[in-house]
Amino acid sequence: MTEITSESLGGIGQWVKRKEDPRFVHGKGKFVEDIYLPGMVYGVFVRSPYAHAKINGINTEAALKVPGVITVVTAEVLKGLKLDWMPTLAGDTQAVLAGDKARFQSQEVAFVVAKTQYAAADGAAVVEVDYEELPVVMDPEAAKAPGAPVIRDDKEGKKDNHIFNWKSGDAEATDKAFAEAEVTISQHTHYQRVHPAPMETCGCVADYSKITGQMDLYITSQAPHAHRTVFAMISPFQEHKTRFISPDLGGGFGNKVPIYPGYVLAAGVSFLTGLPCKWIETRSENIQSTGFARDYHTTTELAATKDGKITALRVNTQADHGAFDAQASPTKWPAGLFNICTGSYDIGAASINLDAYYTNKAPGGVAYRCSFRVTEASYIIERAVDALAQKLNMDPVELRLKNFIQPDQFPYKSCTGWEYDSGNYQAAMQVALDKIGYPELRKEQAEKRARGELMGIGVSSFTEIVGAGPRKDFDILGLSMNDGASIVVHPTGTVTARLGVKSQGQGHETTFPQIIAEELGIPQENIKLEEGDTDTAPYGLGTYGSRSTPMAGASTAMAARKIRAKAQKIAASMMEVSEEDVEWKNYKFQVKGVPEKSKTMAEVAFAAYTAAPEGMEMGLEATVYYDAPNLTFPFGTYICVIDIDNQTGEFKVRRFVAVDDCGTIINPMIVEGQIHGGLTEGFAIATMQEIRFDEQGNILNGSFMDYLLPTAVETPVWELDKTVTPSPHHPIGAKGVGESPNVGSVPAFVNAFVDALSHLGVTHIDMPVTPWKIWQILKEKGIAE
Amino acid sequence: MSTHAITVTLNGEERTGEVEARLLLVHFIRDHLRATGTHIGCDTTSCGACTIMLDGLPVKSCTLFAVQANGCAIKTVEGLATNGEVHPIQEGFMECHGLQCGFCTPGMMLAALGLLERNPNPTAEEIRWGISGNLCRCTGYQNIVKSVQYAAAKMAAGGK
Repeated sequence: MTEITSESLGGIGQWVKRKEDPRFVHGKGKFVEDIYLPGMVYGVFVRSPYAHAKINGINTEAALKVPGVITVVTAEVLKGLKLDWMPTLAGDTQAVLAGDKARFQSQEVAFVVAKTQYAAADGAAVVEVDYEELPVVMDPEAAKAPGAPVIRDDKEGKKDNHIFNWKSGDAEATDKAFAEAEVTISQHTHYQRVHPAPMETCGCVADYSKITGQMDLYITSQAPHAHRTVFAMISPFQEHKTRFISPDLGGGFGNKVPIYPGYVLAAGVSFLTGLPCKWIETRSENIQSTGFARDYHTTTELAATKDGKITALRVNTQADHGAFDAQASPTKWPAGLFNICTGSYDIGAASINLDAYYTNKAPGGVAYRCSFRVTEASYIIERAVDALAQKLNMDPVELRLKNFIQPDQFPYKSCTGWEYDSGNYQAAMQVALDKIGYPELRKEQAEKRARGELMGIGVSSFTEIVGAGPRKDFDILGLSMNDGASIVVHPTGTVTARLGVKSQGQGHETTFPQIIAEELGIPQENIKLEEGDTDTAPYGLGTYGSRSTPMAGASTAMAARKIRAKAQKIAASMMEVSEEDVEWKNYKFQVKGVPEKSKTMAEVAFAAYTAAPEGMEMGLEATVYYDAPNLTFPFGTYICVIDIDNQTGEFKVRRFVAVDDCGTIINPMIVEGQIHGGLTEGFAIATMQEIRFDEQGNILNGSFMDYLLPTAVETPVWELDKTVTPSPHHPIGAKGVGESPNVGSVPAFVNAFVDALSHLGVTHIDMPVTPWKIWQILKEKGIAE
Repeated sequence: MSTHAITVTLNGEERTGEVEARLLLVHFIRDHLRATGTHIGCDTTSCGACTIMLDGLPVKSCTLFAVQANGCAIKTVEGLATNGEVHPIQEGFMECHGLQCGFCTPGMMLAALGLLERNPNPTAEEIRWGISGNLCRCTGYQNIVKSVQYAAAKMAAGGK
């Protein structure tokens, strides 16, 4: 028999081509918009042109006369069904349609249903809404000002715009460290409001049968099970007769975690009419009304000794949550995992104080390609460390090395309460320094500065915290954040596996079979993975926060091991030896010391269905909901070199080296792709993306014409490298990677821009850092003419 | 609203439709002809997800009316493979991990094909400019550039 190896199986660590690709390159992917059902009707929203306005009345007469229009749904209609408000994943409420007043520009006001999408749009254009404009609140400062208009006057007794205060760390110890500090820095940053903008917008097709009471909902959902449960809690739809199908998703990046009014309306219309109803938002609607991210105004302070040992961190944040608190943070973590903001550094004391406010902006606060609020945390600490280096006139690399958590300190207990599972920050830093040639770059920079040329080197050594999470600490609306894996080995030795998470392009259909292949000795091409159908997949909280590999990956490995344990008993029976005499070696069962006597998993599978030992259930399958003991902590060092034109402010990213450590790598090709993508989104956030508003609350860039995203031309060439420090508690040692590059790269870019201008006295530039902003600085400093 | 009878050749097959003058070509291709491989990613002609070949030239099908395509030959992603054999551009994307979510991929492949027909041996820089009308949010473009280079080499070697 030929030898079975990890390579022949396509196991863990192998460069396996993606199983998803053939259908996509043939145009045979099945996205929600590709669902067409007989008799299907279409819904289009009427949206508020005002950021804050009382609604005195809605006249639908003209719309109802438009040929093809079937009905117009308003808040009044929904009220009858008790569906005019819905819960958010953060435990707040959100208007499905604005009834009393509109609270942000582009809020959903009415839903026009017609036989075609064009007719629905025609109808929406002639719905008359009588608005009475109200003063707007566009940022936390305005929200907390005395006498500010109360946005959420729907909430009984609500007299202000404050949502919550959240504290972490030890304020007293922190204040003491600051009082004793030899050096302190204080830095104000605004992590701007951005939108994830996956290529596919949000939408759904609802198909309700009045005869059977069955509701099928095809939906752009990163968390179909959780969404179905919430639906069942608030609506007439019973969970067992409601099937959520999340088909191929055209990217998510957090945008497809919240529940949107469009989903509720399509379902409601199908329920009322018995016709399938489709709602697909336009791109402009997507950017203007669905899950934004960030919008944190933060003051970060560091206390240190004069030779650069950081002694304390103090953080004060005002968070802009928009008109409804619709972020998707776990219940106990209203500011997500923001208190990971001590980052990669061994800091004795920290204190975090955060206040969240309602404003007249779209709801959201989603984890956009990051674990909950971790990119905000990484940004402030990595910027602050650079600011301290600048103040101490110390190299930012030297300062980082001086303060890193040491390899022998892991597992490391941070002063905000986290237990970092494993890490070797110095090693990742060294790989990055060597690869980019750091000392030579500093020399070049000095020479250029002498000639008046501008060049910046930006360093970031981030620590992520992903895989939320352990049941004792993590739930959303009470639902434990564990994810199931169900594996069936068929009689002929092939496998069907199903997971409670949901890929949006991460390649789950390829990587999870690789885990099973490694654990069961079955070639990955004989393993099919299914996700996204609540009728067949085990329960799970979905894919976001880099949680698929830490959570569902662990469940997958553990389910496979459960199968292997049973298979070992069957193999022993087949070989007529006791179970203790059988070992799993070289991906098959063999009699200890008698390698020629062995059984493959396929042989055992056949026996499991044809000749299971006396007293044992037939079949070979297992379902596991793994409750991880801890989160995982991926990390890395990124270094970026930027050249800036000293007259125009135009810049070019000359080099970008990313050294990631995500623990065990399941598929190097897919990890590389994830990092390329995350770095590109980080670049976009640092230099382009920002949802902007004017003083009246009008969105200034609500379409792809003016919400700038990078094309292939602007995007830098990425140079990747890695270290591998497995997670000690994850069954296969993996940590998750999809979001590290976003978390780590954003501060690396901004640090590079500031570094390029630091000799001019520049200490910070708020994102997005554009040529226009740089030119203004150069002009002010008398550099640009 | 008046309608117009139009005929197009979609991937070699003659197809007809009775359409409103305002119907966008992408909606005709998707909703009427049910060739759903062509996607819609924006409403401002910015993203290129709807890119098709119209009489041999890559165009954004959201930016033409269906009636303007009357009498034209349309090639979409569904028409790239011939007799079950993948086109080098499809092969390149699969070999080089040029796609993740797959939503931009059809338009991206057709834009790249348009480039390769004009310039069979493009530099990496020329490829980046050649696909600059198409947005991708997953890949960071680096492996798309590799995919197009793979296809160029394969096509030069007589692959297609």
